[in-house]
Amino acid sequence: MPTPIVLTARGLKKSYHKDRIDVPVLRGVDLEVRQGLVTALVGRSGSGKSTLMHLLATLDRPDEGEVFFRGNRIDNAPRAVRDRYRNHEIGIIFQFYHLLPELSAIENVLAPAMIGQSVWSYFKSRSENHRRAEAMLDRVGLLHRAKHRPSEMSGGEMQRVAIARALMTDPKLLLADEPTGNLDTETGQEILRLLADLKERDNLTILMITHDDEIAASADVCWRMQDGLIHSEMGVEETPAFATHAA
Amino acid sequence: MYRWLLCFRYLKTRYIALASIISVTLGVATLIVVNSVMSGFSTEMHERLHGLASDVMIECHATGGMPDPDAHLREIERICGSALVGSSVSVSVPSMLGIDFRGQQIGRHVNLIGLDPATYDSVSDFGKYLLHPENQKSASFELRESGYAPDRKELAAAGWRHRRDRVSEERRIEQMVAQERKMMAELHRKASGQTEPTEQDEAAANAAKGPSFGPSFSQPLISGSDDRLVAAVDPMTEQFPGIILGISTCSVRHRDEAGQVKDHYYAQPGDDVRMIFPNAAGETKVINQKFTVVDLYESGMSEYDSTFAFVRLDQLQEFRGMIDPETGVRSVTTIQLKLAEGTDLNVIRDALRDRFPPELYAYNIQTWRDLQGPLLSAVRLETTILNILLFLIIAVAGFGILATFFMIVVEKTRDIGTLKALGASGRGVSSIFMTYGLLLGFVGSGAGLIGGLLFVHYINDIAELLEMFTGQEVFDPTVYYFTEIPTIVHPFTLVWVMCGAVGIAVMASVLPAMRAARMHPVQALRFE
Repeated sequence: MPTPIVLTARGLKKSYHKDRIDVPVLRGVDLEVRQGLVTALVGRSGSGKSTLMHLLATLDRPDEGEVFFRGNRIDNAPRAVRDRYRNHEIGIIFQFYHLLPELSAIENVLAPAMIGQSVWSYFKSRSENHRRAEAMLDRVGLLHRAKHRPSEMSGGEMQRVAIARALMTDPKLLLADEPTGNLDTETGQEILRLLADLKERDNLTILMITHDDEIAASADVCWRMQDGLIHSEMGVEETPAFATHAA
Repeated sequence: MYRWLLCFRYLKTRYIALASIISVTLGVATLIVVNSVMSGFSTEMHERLHGLASDVMIECHATGGMPDPDAHLREIERICGSALVGSSVSVSVPSMLGIDFRGQQIGRHVNLIGLDPATYDSVSDFGKYLLHPENQKSASFELRESGYAPDRKELAAAGWRHRRDRVSEERRIEQMVAQERKMMAELHRKASGQTEPTEQDEAAANAAKGPSFGPSFSQPLISGSDDRLVAAVDPMTEQFPGIILGISTCSVRHRDEAGQVKDHYYAQPGDDVRMIFPNAAGETKVINQKFTVVDLYESGMSEYDSTFAFVRLDQLQEFRGMIDPETGVRSVTTIQLKLAEGTDLNVIRDALRDRFPPELYAYNIQTWRDLQGPLLSAVRLETTILNILLFLIIAVAGFGILATFFMIVVEKTRDIGTLKALGASGRGVSSIFMTYGLLLGFVGSGAGLIGGLLFVHYINDIAELLEMFTGQEVFDPTVYYFTEIPTIVHPFTLVWVMCGAVGIAVMASVLPAMRAARMHPVQALRFE
């Protein structure tokens, strides 16, 4: 029985301008992400997978095409709605972690709650927020490092803090942009195991971008991207083929 | 919430930004010090000027003055109504002061004022600037035994003691000279074989007195009314009419080798001086009158201390012939008014001018502010210009903050991208930097406030310290007559200086904050 679709992209086109010449990056991408699955998006560098992720996270706007989150179009939604979407509905983890260097691990984890709530409501639910942040740090196994700054942590630890941060607002979808790209194989494996565990135990939906076929192979669904187009879909047993959906 | 947290973290970790607000700190501290000292000075000056001059002054320019001051006062009372609190009449006349100092005549131009001590003190400060503590309580024109200015050793003997010592010394010398003269005459007679002293002997005896240093009191230049009095006065026990001299009319102030301020008095309480002034009659004659110095007047305003001499009103009126021989009504030249606190002096002045129009009366009606107008407006202008200049310093500091903030925004580009990816709005991101500017402004101007207030509090100690190190007197009491640097801190000044500095810091952070808000999240995240 196929799970419901969380995120849908239709006919996404995006090109960058360089010296008055349009350089197409995405040439009409269709994609869907189903709930409770790890969906991998694999492709070489320059294939446009990061750009696609930015469009899906509403960090950028497509030239053409649409993005739907749970059936609602979000790519052209008002700014406040998109900010809320990023803050509340999805969690993003990056290749370079992007932790705020001035804040300790727990403060970094608390950041989305601070951003999403006004000063007043944040203070009102302060202890609750703290409990949740500690629980998230515990979930990624870093509670003992709560007071440490990012500069005092290893890459794997930083990525785990970033995952805890992404989980802080209880997102429906986790977007992971090369989460292991900056880590050695062993640490990368640890992170992947953590993600798989999150999927298994918390039923988290994950869209993971990677250039590593091996990692992609371990996903439930795998889309291959080349030259701004999605070419094939592999390892899908229980979901209907994309072609069916398009038809 | 996150912006406060981030701001505080930035504040704690970005020392370069703290460096950029040092100029704000310095600017604020300087503004507070300058304003406090300027307002201390001007308040002190206002107080003194206002203390010395009454609220409103009606001067008559005619030599004879205005007859029947009581009728004038009734009229003034009608105009001022309940605002009139006190009044005093006086006679003011330009005159020449002559002091006999070691056989030489020292001449000074002074403004001789005849006043009634009781009422004069009610319209302006007079008694409190006298040297004798008793005179400060109630001014008197009688010479006192001693006790003038207990803290000045130069005046330790002043009073009757000084007068008796001086007179006995003079008499001793006179006796010696007379004996010498007699002896010379004796010798001369013996030599020439004559038995009776002649004219020549007198001349020879005079020659033995030695060279003369100019005219002295024994050869009055102008004959006047004092000749009668001189005969009647025994200087050992009696005094001439009392006079109070402005301290700078009869003294010089200088520094000795050790750098100590020293005063030299040509005349001190107990000495006699001569005043030469015109009488009040239509046909002007010069009056030459001897007075005994009974006290000195030191207000701290060099203009007043070097031009004023005070005598009793009734005596001056007598000397100048300002009493109508038939009716006995006395004339005065000046009426001074004291008005109730908060009265609009200009309104009263204009009403009085309407009543005594300059076309009919040779009166000059002025408020104390009119009298000191140029000085007061100069101080005001100085304060304004200093404030503008110092605020320019803070504005320059603002540009420093602007540049630093741009650097910080560039440095924080990736963090800005991260915040936006986490759902922060453009306004939220810009408010981080605005709040940062606000905090920096508060920290900078707060430090400046504390520094400035401490400086003001210890300004005299600091001046002393500077003197010790540089050997240069920072605050010269021979110039200012204040022994300490006066300061007044107005809370209102502090508030607007703080608001101005914080405002400049916030304004300087607007542009960088807008730049941060407009940053594209994807480009920011990719920023290396």
